[in-house]
Amino acid sequence: MSAISAQLPGLQVVVPLLGAIIAAFIRRGTLAWAWATLITAATPVMAFALLVQVWANGPISYHLGGWPPPIGIEYRVDLLNAFVLMLVSLVSAIMMPYARRSVAHEIDGDKQAWFYCMYLLCLTGLLGITITGDAFNAFVFLEISSLSSYVLIAMGRDRRALVASYQYLIVGTIGATFYVVGVGLLYLVTGSLNFADIATRLADANVMFPRPVLAALAFLFVGISLKLALFPLHVWLPNAYAYAPSFATAFLAATATKVAIYLFLRIGFSVYGVALDIKALPISAVLYPLSVAAMFIASILAVYEQNLKRMLAYSSVAQIGYITLGIALMNQAGLTGAIVHLFNHALIKGGLFLALGAVVYRAGTIKLDDLGGVGRTMPLTLAAFVLAGMSLMGVPGTAGFISKYYLVVGAFDAGLWPVAFLIVASSLIALVYIGRVVEIAYFRPVSEAVAHAKDPPLMMLVPILVLTIASIYFGIDTELSAGVANRIAEGLIGALKLGEAH
Amino acid sequence: MDGLKNFIEHYNYVATIVLMVAGLYIVIARGNMIKKLIGLSLFQTSVYLLYIAPGKIIGGTPPVLDPKITVYSNPLPHVLILTAIVVGIATIALGLAIVTRINEAYGTIEEDEIFAREEQE
Repeated sequence: MSAISAQLPGLQVVVPLLGAIIAAFIRRGTLAWAWATLITAATPVMAFALLVQVWANGPISYHLGGWPPPIGIEYRVDLLNAFVLMLVSLVSAIMMPYARRSVAHEIDGDKQAWFYCMYLLCLTGLLGITITGDAFNAFVFLEISSLSSYVLIAMGRDRRALVASYQYLIVGTIGATFYVVGVGLLYLVTGSLNFADIATRLADANVMFPRPVLAALAFLFVGISLKLALFPLHVWLPNAYAYAPSFATAFLAATATKVAIYLFLRIGFSVYGVALDIKALPISAVLYPLSVAAMFIASILAVYEQNLKRMLAYSSVAQIGYITLGIALMNQAGLTGAIVHLFNHALIKGGLFLALGAVVYRAGTIKLDDLGGVGRTMPLTLAAFVLAGMSLMGVPGTAGFISKYYLVVGAFDAGLWPVAFLIVASSLIALVYIGRVVEIAYFRPVSEAVAHAKDPPLMMLVPILVLTIASIYFGIDTELSAGVANRIAEGLIGALKLGEAH
Repeated sequence: MDGLKNFIEHYNYVATIVLMVAGLYIVIARGNMIKKLIGLSLFQTSVYLLYIAPGKIIGGTPPVLDPKITVYSNPLPHVLILTAIVVGIATIALGLAIVTRINEAYGTIEEDEIFAREEQE
């Protein structure tokens, strides 16, 4: 048993990677689904074991091929990435039972096995970015997850999915290339690719080469921001989410942007923050206006959107604004809020997109005007949608409230009460766009499109309900989400090297 | 004079930047999806140069251990870029495959024509 537990960091990535290759050889869709479910179910078990180890004994360093860092590639698991690994793998595992019917409904039989192959590759990439301690290795995993997600999106039924996928490919590649340029500049000035090693060398490098160090930060910032869809670099996201297969949308919305935010935290705090005075770097100054703009502009765009998947996609951009706002605050409560919202938003958006997928499955449309009375024909699905929607708004007693609470406290701690006001004000816009769905789903006469719709089969319904109940449950019991996030934020802030002036 | 000296000492970076900006310009300015991919490829390739050129150390030999030699060039950038080249090829291949499918679905690969058709629907 101990032999396996020592190899857990490697297995966390290798199991889904090999699983993906085998899935490609399974020709039958249902069999490929069963295989992908089995592999996905194994990942949270490993992530949980890692989280327990890290919680008890501190960071784990795993040397790939036995080469010690900084020469070899190191997988380094600390509380932050153990938490993100857990989140990504657990949400994926909860979603898998849903995939079978939804994918069979939306994708042709001979392509289903390929879909699961791409899904497992994407999961591999996301877990790899999260676990690796090597900057270039993170780029390779970033491209593995990106390339497979372009394919997942292009598999949508609508031909617009192809254009959305193409646009995402262009923007995503530019983002990844910016990231490599940033890593290259860091490598030139420090001679290292290991995050922890770069952090120890960066202070000296900054004395000799201040401009490349700053340029590297700018490239990394823009590259990762394209991936995490920071406003105004989000333009790829609404179409990609709207036209991808329902399961792919839910999976990517819940995991992909969260992992990009993790990478942002890792480079901003664990590399730059440890070596230099992070408050003297122009990170907050750039993040504040863009986050606030995201919260308002993307939310307002969501209000005017007819296509519900696009509406939720714009809402995702707005919610990412809250997370980056928490990062910009750079204090204990703000950072806790950012990390806990990363967790809560994954559950909430996962639940919401799955519920929409169920509507697609039964009614075949997600145009708001066609869905009159759908709350009466699909009662459980829409009830889940409304509950998760309430959590999205941040109604007290839901998970969304916990995140917003920490963010508001963080804004007050930073002495920025207008920002606290803006957080509350922008949440009211969420009330409008979720309220619009409630009005049409419950108070309009039953329309033709949904007249014969009913709740989806149990295997689709259960994942929706589990994620929805989780997005309420973590508003009441915050030990697992906010408790861990608080300790992660403590660790990140404790490691920061702050200037005398602060 | 300083500017000229700076330029000559760093000419490899200047070449990188020119290629990078040219590639990015093509991606943004062109409406033809294939041309955009060509620009993207140029943009990615410029980064290879950014890594490879500083790996050469003047007077250094290829990194093959020999007791007579003390100065070696750095082989790590080459290995990294080998990986990046593979990633780049995969990206362009996937991009071309998607463009082929777009051509089948829309009968054109000009972005403005595709958007015009979406507007009509």
